[in-house]
Amino acid sequence: MAHISITVNGKRHEADVEPRTLLVDFLREHLGLTGTHVGCDTSQCGACTVHLDGRSVKACTVFAVQADGRSVTTIEGMSADGALHPLQEGFREEHGLQCGFCTPGMIMAAADLLQHNPDPSEAEIRHALEGNYCRCTGYHNIVRAVQYAARKMREQATVEA
Amino acid sequence: MPNFIGSPVKRVEDKRFITGKGRYTDDIVLPGMTYACIVRSEHAHARIKAIDTSAAEAVDGVLAVFTGQDMVDDGILSIPTGWAVGDAMKEPPHYPLAVGKVHHVGDGVAVVIATDKATAQDAAEQVMIEYEPLPAVVDATAALAPDAPIVHDGLDSNLCFDWELGDRDATDRAMAAAHHVTTYELVNQRVVPNAIEPRSAIGHYDPAREELTLYTSSQNPHLIRLLLCAFVWPDLPEHKVRVVSPDVGGGFGSKIFHYPEEVICAWASKKLERPVKWTAARSESFVTDAHGRDHVSTAELGLDAEGNMVALRVKTVANLGAYLSTFAPAVPTYLYGTLLAGQYRTPHIHVNVKGVFTNTVPVDAYRGAGRPEATFLVERVVELAAKELGMDPAELRRKNFIRPDEFPYDTPVALQYDSGNYEGALDKALEMIGYEDFRREQAEARKQGRLLGIGFSSYIEACGIAPSQVVGALGARAGLYESGGIRVHPTGKVEVFTGTHSHGQGHETTFAQIVAHELGIPLENVEVVHGDTSRVPFGMGTYGSRSLAVGGSAIMRALDKVKDKARKIAAHKLEAAEEDVEFVDGTFRVKGTDRTIGFGDVALTAYVPHDYPEGVEPGLDENAFYDPKNFTFPFGTHICTVEVDPDTGVVRILRYVAVDDVGNIINPMIVEGQIHGGIAQGVGQALFEGAVYDETGQPLTGSYMDYTMPRADDLPSFEVGHQVTPCPHNPLGVKGAGEAGTIASTACVVNAVVDALYHRGIRDIPMPLTPERVWRALHAGGDGAAAAAAPAGGNGQA
Repeated sequence: MAHISITVNGKRHEADVEPRTLLVDFLREHLGLTGTHVGCDTSQCGACTVHLDGRSVKACTVFAVQADGRSVTTIEGMSADGALHPLQEGFREEHGLQCGFCTPGMIMAAADLLQHNPDPSEAEIRHALEGNYCRCTGYHNIVRAVQYAARKMREQATVEA
Repeated sequence: MPNFIGSPVKRVEDKRFITGKGRYTDDIVLPGMTYACIVRSEHAHARIKAIDTSAAEAVDGVLAVFTGQDMVDDGILSIPTGWAVGDAMKEPPHYPLAVGKVHHVGDGVAVVIATDKATAQDAAEQVMIEYEPLPAVVDATAALAPDAPIVHDGLDSNLCFDWELGDRDATDRAMAAAHHVTTYELVNQRVVPNAIEPRSAIGHYDPAREELTLYTSSQNPHLIRLLLCAFVWPDLPEHKVRVVSPDVGGGFGSKIFHYPEEVICAWASKKLERPVKWTAARSESFVTDAHGRDHVSTAELGLDAEGNMVALRVKTVANLGAYLSTFAPAVPTYLYGTLLAGQYRTPHIHVNVKGVFTNTVPVDAYRGAGRPEATFLVERVVELAAKELGMDPAELRRKNFIRPDEFPYDTPVALQYDSGNYEGALDKALEMIGYEDFRREQAEARKQGRLLGIGFSSYIEACGIAPSQVVGALGARAGLYESGGIRVHPTGKVEVFTGTHSHGQGHETTFAQIVAHELGIPLENVEVVHGDTSRVPFGMGTYGSRSLAVGGSAIMRALDKVKDKARKIAAHKLEAAEEDVEFVDGTFRVKGTDRTIGFGDVALTAYVPHDYPEGVEPGLDENAFYDPKNFTFPFGTHICTVEVDPDTGVVRILRYVAVDDVGNIINPMIVEGQIHGGIAQGVGQALFEGAVYDETGQPLTGSYMDYTMPRADDLPSFEVGHQVTPCPHNPLGVKGAGEAGTIASTACVVNAVVDALYHRGIRDIPMPLTPERVWRALHAGGDGAAAAAAPAGGNGQA
């Protein structure tokens, strides 16, 4: 067993885990944060995407011990203060989800994109999301959802400035 | 009161999904939960000589190891199929865990149950199985050879059924007299549905109450309960079983069927008196989820000198895999052969289908289920006929369309199309794509060595599955009606119970829109309940684009009953004759007066019946069953344009236009989403996807590392147009929209690529049209099809 200390959605968690425990299993099974999903076993589908120290990673490809001493944000942490993140709002407004299984990973991947590119083109959005499979939407409305969020976040930034 | 019908209401189910609060089967944790890991065959075909479970049982944390024989000895029987195609259909046993022999890679042999997931996986590696490998057969055509290995003991061949439809002699005569015959040999390759949520099941037996709850990622919980209790485990009393399908992460057909793991978890839970959970790893999904398509066909289309289609003759060999899955026999027969008329007036059609067992994963319904295979064949052979005759492909289609004044139209393959306006959809799609401009652009581009193409697909589907008597006559072992319930609470809040199941389709919104509209109440006063046999009276689940056409109709019937009863109560309260009371926007009113009573007050009266009409029961809670009168027939035309890179063989979709007629639309936002997703899956089959086995039956596409699906940057944005021809025989006038995109798009894309390359002597490239296959076709000089490394069979055998 390895002792780890991970801050998840702003809250610090101490735990003893087997060294082989994947970060995604730690989140789902130790912390009960089941919003992060597992859709494959080869790091292709992106359903498990979370942020590790602010950058998106696939939590099925990170050991929990690798996140020791670091900070993780999951989908549950995106609306921690009760208000929906513009991406969450965008996915609902633009019908960017159907079954909802890929959605948390999509939102986390898109959030990473918008952090460093506040005004992406459609091609840039599609490129940024190519690590995330969606089998329901054909991506059309996911692109619209990200565009909605980008627009809203730019407006908010303007107001705050 | 807003008009909810036809309005793009935002989905009520989204809140939980966008905040990570969805509750899928694998998210459920029960006290005392145990975890199952299934030991699976690595052989395609082998006799099980011995199974030694002792080492696995000795692992700390392991509670039990069970084999197929243990289950059979305890009264577990074979999992049946839901359809019989003819009296001679062969139906070999399908035990939840193999008994005596394994029949495909991934066939379950034993199950290890432990206190945690990792221990179960570790211990599974300690189960020692001695196999005697046997020769395997993976290609359906090869499986019909006289010297082919026989998949199942007790059968003398691999032929499951030999089925035909249509007038063979009349078709042969018309073909012989045809001016021109276009022949097309095609492989509709095997694909893997790949819902992003892997399948999962939890058995939870309560020894105190002797009740079993099965949580399962299923599209139809009631059907799972019925098959489990009536066939597989006859000692399990149906009224003591609850099946729950909570949030389900996509299905696309693959989660319709009753799977072995549902039986294993349920049964083991009773043995251990603890909850047992199993969740597939993706690599496990690839060898256990039912696959789709896998046809090898020959089509001959006869035309007269003017381009009128006079006959269509089709021969298909359908790979069924190792076992008959729940709907498997119906897919390549009644859902395929009956659709071969397409949108055309072809007077003579004959189809012969041979269903064949092989040592591969079972094949069953995948989005569209038979109808995409029919559409692909028809639309490809029509496209080739146009090319061979030098006719414009749009005009050849138009010339042969069934005309609007010819409905209802009896096809030569057993269906009666109820309505349609095929030319209308074609014209709208042509206008949207700018057909003539594109042809000019294409000609200009060609001068510069650029390869542009345009493809058509004018499809029809039979949805709203299905009239029970019709499907019963066709061999279905169930009725395909639907139930709907309306429970009005004393405060006027309403619960809606539907036997259909939403796994992305948005029923919680669409059905609520209907009820809110009909009762004139706010949307937030309506809750839609689905996916739980203990809450919903009965149901046949969601597939075949049936939820709104059949399930929605049942809800409309229940609403009629609620409104009739509420009107009696209102008339009594208003001291008026029933026929003088009208119900408008949630208020009962004596016609021509200002005397009214609101729906909420009527609801309260029904539950506090102090001042109440004589002979009327208290309460306002009604249920209805609806059995459809006919299938519904959505149709449309899709057109796409592509550019093929001659140096790399890469196909890029430039534009994709879809004009669909799915009847009346309740929520256009949701309908467009269904069309988008459907198109993407059909494009996936055209360009990217294919399940490949080697000759020994080893799957070569066993993970997302080697099975390619469309990603965001592989697809364009879609241009979706609608035409509305209401369905004439159901109360909502709806037809179904879930499968249209997939049914249309595969042929559309392949036709566009071939259009780009036809002048280079290429009339076909086998799917998927990967860059390598396209490049090889371009560089073969002449018959591209032959040179493009065509696979031998539908499974894409390497």
